[in-house]
Amino acid sequence: MGREIAMAPLMQSSQPWVEKYRPKQVKDVAHQDEVVRVLTNTLETSNCPHMLFYGPPGTGKTTTALAIAHQLFGPELYKSRVLELNASDDRGINVVRTKIKNFAAVAVGSNRQGGYPCPPFKIIILDEADSMTQDAQNALRRTMETYSKVTRFFFICNYISRIIEPLASRCAKFRFKPLTEEIMGSRILHICKGEDLNLDSEALSTLSSISQGDMRRAITYLQSAARLFGSSISAKDLISVSGVIPNEVVQAIFSACRSGNFDLANKEVNNVVAEGYPVSQMLSQLYDIVVDADDISDEQKARICKKFAEADKSLVDGADEYLQLLNVASSAMQVLSNMPQDMAF
Amino acid sequence: MLWVDKYRPKTLDKVIVHQDVAQNLQKLVSEGDCPHLLFYGPSGSGKKTLIMALLRQIFGPSADKVKVENKIWKVDAGKRTIDVELTTLSSTHHVELNPSDAGFQDRYVVQEIIKEMAKNRPIDTKGKKGFKVLVLNEVDKLSREAQHSLRRTMEKYSASCRLILCSNSSSKVTEAVRSRCLNVRINAPMEEEIVNVLEFIAKKEGLQLPQGFAACIAEKSNRNLRRAVLTFETCRVQQYPFTNNQAIPPMDWEQYVSEIASDIMKEQSPKRLFEVRGKLYELLTNCIPPEIILKRLLFELLKKLDSELKHEVSHWAAHYEHRMRLGQKAIFHLEAFVAKFMSIYKSFLISTFG
Repeated sequence: MGREIAMAPLMQSSQPWVEKYRPKQVKDVAHQDEVVRVLTNTLETSNCPHMLFYGPPGTGKTTTALAIAHQLFGPELYKSRVLELNASDDRGINVVRTKIKNFAAVAVGSNRQGGYPCPPFKIIILDEADSMTQDAQNALRRTMETYSKVTRFFFICNYISRIIEPLASRCAKFRFKPLTEEIMGSRILHICKGEDLNLDSEALSTLSSISQGDMRRAITYLQSAARLFGSSISAKDLISVSGVIPNEVVQAIFSACRSGNFDLANKEVNNVVAEGYPVSQMLSQLYDIVVDADDISDEQKARICKKFAEADKSLVDGADEYLQLLNVASSAMQVLSNMPQDMAF
Repeated sequence: MLWVDKYRPKTLDKVIVHQDVAQNLQKLVSEGDCPHLLFYGPSGSGKKTLIMALLRQIFGPSADKVKVENKIWKVDAGKRTIDVELTTLSSTHHVELNPSDAGFQDRYVVQEIIKEMAKNRPIDTKGKKGFKVLVLNEVDKLSREAQHSLRRTMEKYSASCRLILCSNSSSKVTEAVRSRCLNVRINAPMEEEIVNVLEFIAKKEGLQLPQGFAACIAEKSNRNLRRAVLTFETCRVQQYPFTNNQAIPPMDWEQYVSEIASDIMKEQSPKRLFEVRGKLYELLTNCIPPEIILKRLLFELLKKLDSELKHEVSHWAAHYEHRMRLGQKAIFHLEAFVAKFMSIYKSFLISTFG
């Protein structure tokens, strides 16, 4: 992260921990064994294929790409050898045709400098590649092949299905797995030691479970909690900064659905909206309860989940939260009390 | 000056309603630094008040001296340049803007303006307060592309620029942005808290406020503090001294919606539908947002319905509201809902009473 530190020498202390504890070397990247093995090999042999990293957020994709680039070229050559583009830069077809192509076309030699391997190619890192347009991706195809002698591409994305097949087939693909609770726990403890924090075992397991394998989220929660509540952090503090809805609230809605009383459900829904809980979060927590419930038949579960899916889609489209949650609650109520449901046109 | 503005708390320690949040925020900025923040909660719950108080806490009184600027940004997008015109409120330490005003061009606003702002760091040799704050309103209305371009920008310029985002619901803010911020949920104040605020204002204004009347206003306000204070001021103009059973004037558009609801209940026919359309148009031309009309209409109808019909009606309300978002012309969907309701209700009447 040489560039970013150079940009802000004064604000060292206020750096987000996510940046501060970003692994600087490929071997420090946790839990992604295959990719680490391949890249360590790269460091020794100075050769690598085009790469495609995909996986859920917070699993270390960008970290790995930046780390290998730094380890290959070192701080001096980094600027001239690595081009980093992400969704905050304009990446339309024009940029592919001009900026990327021009950068890719430059030939480079392999002069070892200051103990870094400095292989004879450049690296173009395309972060968040799934938000590139189809056209832009298509324009890349030939560019990748033509300049393959002097340029390697690293694509980073969440959903591999959004990368067009011709690009994907030109790359070595690596899936980044969500972090397991143990590994996450050990990283968090490492940070706690570095920041002088007190975290009991309950808080630690809560943190691992609410962040669902997303390391960045876990660190952000930890830092937020540390800022708000000082150096000793309890499980409750972590839940309050994470935006997870307290279990009682979710249970209240669910039992209102069980009761079969529409007005009660309406009141609860109104309450949730007024309290400002995000409805999308509410849906995913309700989903957990419904799936775990023992006294609901499989068919009922399926019908309720279908409603969740529809409501989630509507929310993504920007529909009103109150109406969607009310609809879900009323449908769940109908299913649970076996009322007939025929609402076709 | 309206009471809403007059009694808006200026500093974090004067806040009446969200004291716990205010204390936490105070702790947060006590070291002269803060992370990116995302405030979310229903309207009238005090998000903006807290944000302004927070800025004052960080930067001192100079954060109050704001100037309104109407700036035209020239954004270079490939071959052509796009002019984006946007109104900003800025002081020496912060800039406030409504990126969604730029419509579908909001992506450029976010990318270019934030980058430009982040590059012009305030110079302070002691290294104190070396950051600017950018307040973005209505982030939930930002397009998906704009939110995506926010994510890396937020990390890259984190040393010199803090973002404070303000939105009504955090569902519409993408996970990627949410995970980069400290989320602060501002809930709507409880009725007792509203009563406290009203009493505080009454004391400052030297008014006699009967307990029952305050509770009445609080209940009518639907947990919206701004509305409660506005209603209170209206009542003061209408009749003083207050009595416990004084009528609280309902909002005229709400009255109108409830008229529509009873029209629909009385007669279900194409002719009545046509009349209702006229009334809906009347509401729309008076700038009542269509989703608010639909929600209110549902509320009024639910009050009058048998419980077996409620499920179906609320289902269709959700259905048509969703379509309204996807579509362009709100009146079609409002009218479709009314027609649907008429058909459901009519067949219900026929099957019950023959």
